[in-house]
Amino acid sequence: MSAKSQVMKRPLVYVLLSAGLLVMSAPFLWMALSAFKSAEELTASPPVWIPSEWTLDSFHRLLDKLDLPLYFMNSVIVAVLVTVANLVFCSMLGYALAKLNFIGRNKIFALVLGALMVPGNLMLLPLFVLMSKLQLIDSYAALVLPFAAGAFGVFLMRQFMQSIPDELLEAARMDGAGEWYIFWRIVMPLVKPALATLSIFTFLGSWNNFVWPLIATNDPDKYTLPVALATFATDPNKSSGSNGMLMAGAFLIVLPVLIVFAVLQRYFTQGIATAGMK
Amino acid sequence: MSTTSGKAAAPVAGARGGGPGTAPSPATGSEDGREGPDGRRREHGRGRKRGLGVQNWAGWLFSTPFLVLFTVFMAFPIVATLAMSFTDFGLRNVTRPWEANFIGFENYTKLFGDEKFLTALFNTGYFVVIGVPLTLFLGLLVAVLLNNGIDRARTFFRVGFYAPVVTSIVAVAVVWRFVLDPSDGLIAGLCAELGLTAPDFLGSETLAMPSLIAMAVWRNLGTVMVLFIAGLQAIPTEVREAAKLDGAGAWQELRRITVPLLRPTLLYATVITTIGYLNVFEEPFVMTQGGPSDSTLTVSLNMYREGFNFFHMGYASAMAYVLFVVIMGITVLQLRLLKDNTK
Repeated sequence: MSAKSQVMKRPLVYVLLSAGLLVMSAPFLWMALSAFKSAEELTASPPVWIPSEWTLDSFHRLLDKLDLPLYFMNSVIVAVLVTVANLVFCSMLGYALAKLNFIGRNKIFALVLGALMVPGNLMLLPLFVLMSKLQLIDSYAALVLPFAAGAFGVFLMRQFMQSIPDELLEAARMDGAGEWYIFWRIVMPLVKPALATLSIFTFLGSWNNFVWPLIATNDPDKYTLPVALATFATDPNKSSGSNGMLMAGAFLIVLPVLIVFAVLQRYFTQGIATAGMK
Repeated sequence: MSTTSGKAAAPVAGARGGGPGTAPSPATGSEDGREGPDGRRREHGRGRKRGLGVQNWAGWLFSTPFLVLFTVFMAFPIVATLAMSFTDFGLRNVTRPWEANFIGFENYTKLFGDEKFLTALFNTGYFVVIGVPLTLFLGLLVAVLLNNGIDRARTFFRVGFYAPVVTSIVAVAVVWRFVLDPSDGLIAGLCAELGLTAPDFLGSETLAMPSLIAMAVWRNLGTVMVLFIAGLQAIPTEVREAAKLDGAGAWQELRRITVPLLRPTLLYATVITTIGYLNVFEEPFVMTQGGPSDSTLTVSLNMYREGFNFFHMGYASAMAYVLFVVIMGITVLQLRLLKDNTK
């Protein structure tokens, strides 16, 4: 049935949802449009939605204050490392929990479930002391290692790997394949959709991660994008009238996420559904 | 957490640990009833080509990376936080934690006479009590609307409502600060058009917290919506049709079918939202730094300051543990209260 007849059928539902969506997306639109406004239009009252002339002025001014390419690279490097580590480590444990019979398996699974429930705030203080002692503050290692194997990823991979037929693995074992070979050559190719889902979640989680990078970096050269922007935004001696710059910064943080989100929508929804069925 | 499916686990003869780790299977999704390899290999090493030794070795080897990382970056810090909370670990010995003195429960007793901490506790409670029901209600509302015969635009709407969830809190915060800005913000501008003066949302002791709650609801609604959509779609259409045949109206269907069958989802959504809101840190940190005059100071923010600004590490650790215990207590309470008692 056509979308049109649906609208005719349930006008109220559509009106309500559209109104809700408008409220939900207003801050985004306001941000994206404000990033390209001139100084006058940024402070105009009544507010101007659409810039009369699009300008990159705010981006240039922000670039003068912050080394954006550096922070962008830091964010990308950390997110890529965290993602790769999670894909390998979570899949390994997921495989063991789903398909291998070994003493202590259930205890390890209980541990994973427990780890899902521990609030991150509980670990911040000693983690900071530990990293200081290891002299890792301001290193990529400090930003990557604590997130290199997430419990959610293990849970997700285990769920997916359970649906691989045991017969297939048994047949491979009969042929003399070792577990390592089976894992890389048989299991991993079969769970590509799950790996895609895990990649998106891990990458975005790392990209948006804020509290730990804030604590683990003192040297501005090691800031990730959110830390740099937050430091700039909460700086008390910052000149007023920086709203345009902040919008430009926010726009740069959000842009990659929205692109990933739009392109990989399918895996995203899959992942969300999986996350919801714990 | 996990709802064990109706399917009985394979009849395990040499049942290995019926404990908490016995693979709970998901309520929905790719359910195939296979509870790990239990069903196939009942007892160690019986009827298998290769000895258990190989599987044992492999199992532990495959678990090693996770276990090492877990031990160093999770288990150790959790235990260390507890140990630190009984010491005067702080600025004097911040580089030499082993020189800290054991002071028993002193940090904990000090906490409950600490005005700042009590204020933070109150503010966090306020945030949870108002924020959680709002988030759940709006999330459920959107989910029900989306589930109501909208096929074409469903994905579009779902992405729109979910977008704030995957947006960096820092980006969200600076945008909201601009939206709420009393001089040239969006709301101020809209008010000016109507001839009103917009209040200084983040500068007012009464309005700062509600503003942060509004922002948190806006940001987390998508998570709850997605959970409820999954829950709603798991309700078999036959059940709904049967109800309709029996002459149930829309309201009755909602009351007698949707709400009862959504119970597990509602429970899960309530628990994770509550845990998230009890830990609230980022919103006040980026938006208000706890101000004006501590009206948005939350427990996590207070802990962060004590630990990382004043280096009262022992004291901050005690705070972290009190929060942890409160969270555990409330979670257990919710699980008890909301569990289906009719069965």
